[in-house]
Amino acid sequence: MDTASTTPPQHNPGSKIRKRVADFFVDLYRIGGFTARFFKEAFVAPFEFKELIHQCYQLGVRSLPLISLTGFIIGIIFTKQSRPSLLEFGATSWLPSLVSIAILKALAPMVTAIIASGKVGSGIGAELGSMRVTEQIDAMEVSGTNPFKYLVCTRVLATTLTIPLLATYTALIALLGAYLNISANEGISYSAFMGEVFDPIDFIDINQSLVKAIVFGFTIGLVGCYQGYHSNKGTEGVGKAANNAVVIAMFLIFIEEILIVQITGWFR
Amino acid sequence: MEKSTAHIDYNNAVISIRDLQKSFGDYHVLRGIDLDIFQGENLVVLGRSGTGKSVLIKLISGLLRPEEGSINVLGNNVLALNDKELQQLRVRIGFSFQNSALYDSMTVRKNLEFPLVRNRKGITRKEINVAVEEVLEGVGLSQTINQMPSELSGGQRKRIGIARTLILNPEIMMYDEPTAGLDPITCIEINDLINEVQQRYHTSSIIITHDLTCAKSTGDRIAMLLDGQFQRVGSFDEIFETDDARVKPFYDYNFIQ
Repeated sequence: MDTASTTPPQHNPGSKIRKRVADFFVDLYRIGGFTARFFKEAFVAPFEFKELIHQCYQLGVRSLPLISLTGFIIGIIFTKQSRPSLLEFGATSWLPSLVSIAILKALAPMVTAIIASGKVGSGIGAELGSMRVTEQIDAMEVSGTNPFKYLVCTRVLATTLTIPLLATYTALIALLGAYLNISANEGISYSAFMGEVFDPIDFIDINQSLVKAIVFGFTIGLVGCYQGYHSNKGTEGVGKAANNAVVIAMFLIFIEEILIVQITGWFR
Repeated sequence: MEKSTAHIDYNNAVISIRDLQKSFGDYHVLRGIDLDIFQGENLVVLGRSGTGKSVLIKLISGLLRPEEGSINVLGNNVLALNDKELQQLRVRIGFSFQNSALYDSMTVRKNLEFPLVRNRKGITRKEINVAVEEVLEGVGLSQTINQMPSELSGGQRKRIGIARTLILNPEIMMYDEPTAGLDPITCIEINDLINEVQQRYHTSSIIITHDLTCAKSTGDRIAMLLDGQFQRVGSFDEIFETDDARVKPFYDYNFIQ
């Protein structure tokens, strides 16, 4: 239906800014409502277990090759880049500890989340956006299925569950890369390496990383679903939904990173 | 040849709409619609693009909410139903979308199974297979069972879309532009299918179209949507026996050009 013809074009920059500000708050209100609806519907029967497992496979297992390659390379590169600085002080024996702090506390959840927001978040945005503009979501609704529960709740839960697992996997693969590099250069044994890796890490560090990964996973799923579910304007809208899913999720991930590090710092 | 209307129960309205109003921003699409659709009847809604024909059936199925008015479907006040009740009512209504809206990621079989599995708890695999094969045979597309929607032609997609709604044995069918974008022969096949569905499944239907051949061959009654209201309702001949400049071009374009 064409409603555009009833609205005259606006050229006044002031009104454009006002409209953008108003749109921002409308969006904020809708995101709040979307999040509240997720918590209202996700944990109430009937549960979509089959679709949840399917989504965990689609979002998690299919990301493994990319995560493996990236994690492995990060482990090697970080070790290589850190060595010269430590070498100046004759402290290359600290490499395993340095690498483990960097990987386990910061890099693993962050890198996994960034890769996942690019691969998984954009995929969710594009998929749901395409389903919205081709009326597949409406078709689901009129055939007696709650599309929010079936499409949104399962995807958000899937990313919330799989990103922590993927982050753990990224950490292990990155540590493997680091070990191979340190072993080749410093000749350290595997058991000595592992001993030094976990020495500087405490319970709060592990929990902090886990919380980060869970929050990042939730954010990626929720933003991707929100963008796709409210997509419009045809194919252009689908592209915009996919793009926004990545940009907004990444922006929020960085903000969340700062907040979580700050909050966990109070528990030390 | 005129369709027989003997099967229509004019004392039993399956859909009753009163003073229905719907706007999008400042644009008033529907400005007080009154309409009854009777048991066993095929009602065709005609009108120009953008006049709110599709909006009307989305309001009836609860996909959109009106500003004013009442919608009663199969004895239920649609606007007063909660989500669960609305979901239960929707199972009794089949909705065939303009672009078929088949699930891209599923085969034809999975598309047909989807509503069945989700709405018939405890149904066995054997019963599902029988229902899928039966409904596919009904639309003459048994050979497409393992194909993906992207491998189907426009006409095939329409038929599968109709089959997907029929699998739940709906009491009401709503067709949104069933012949749009199809060649004349496929249009005739779709029109025949709509009539066959009416006879075989004893459905009452709303057919949204601006294709007068479709309207003439499938409609027991035609309702013409003009300026947000049904200004002319009657048989095909009654509708077009007029000099109204808003109505005549429809006939002239379809049957003279």
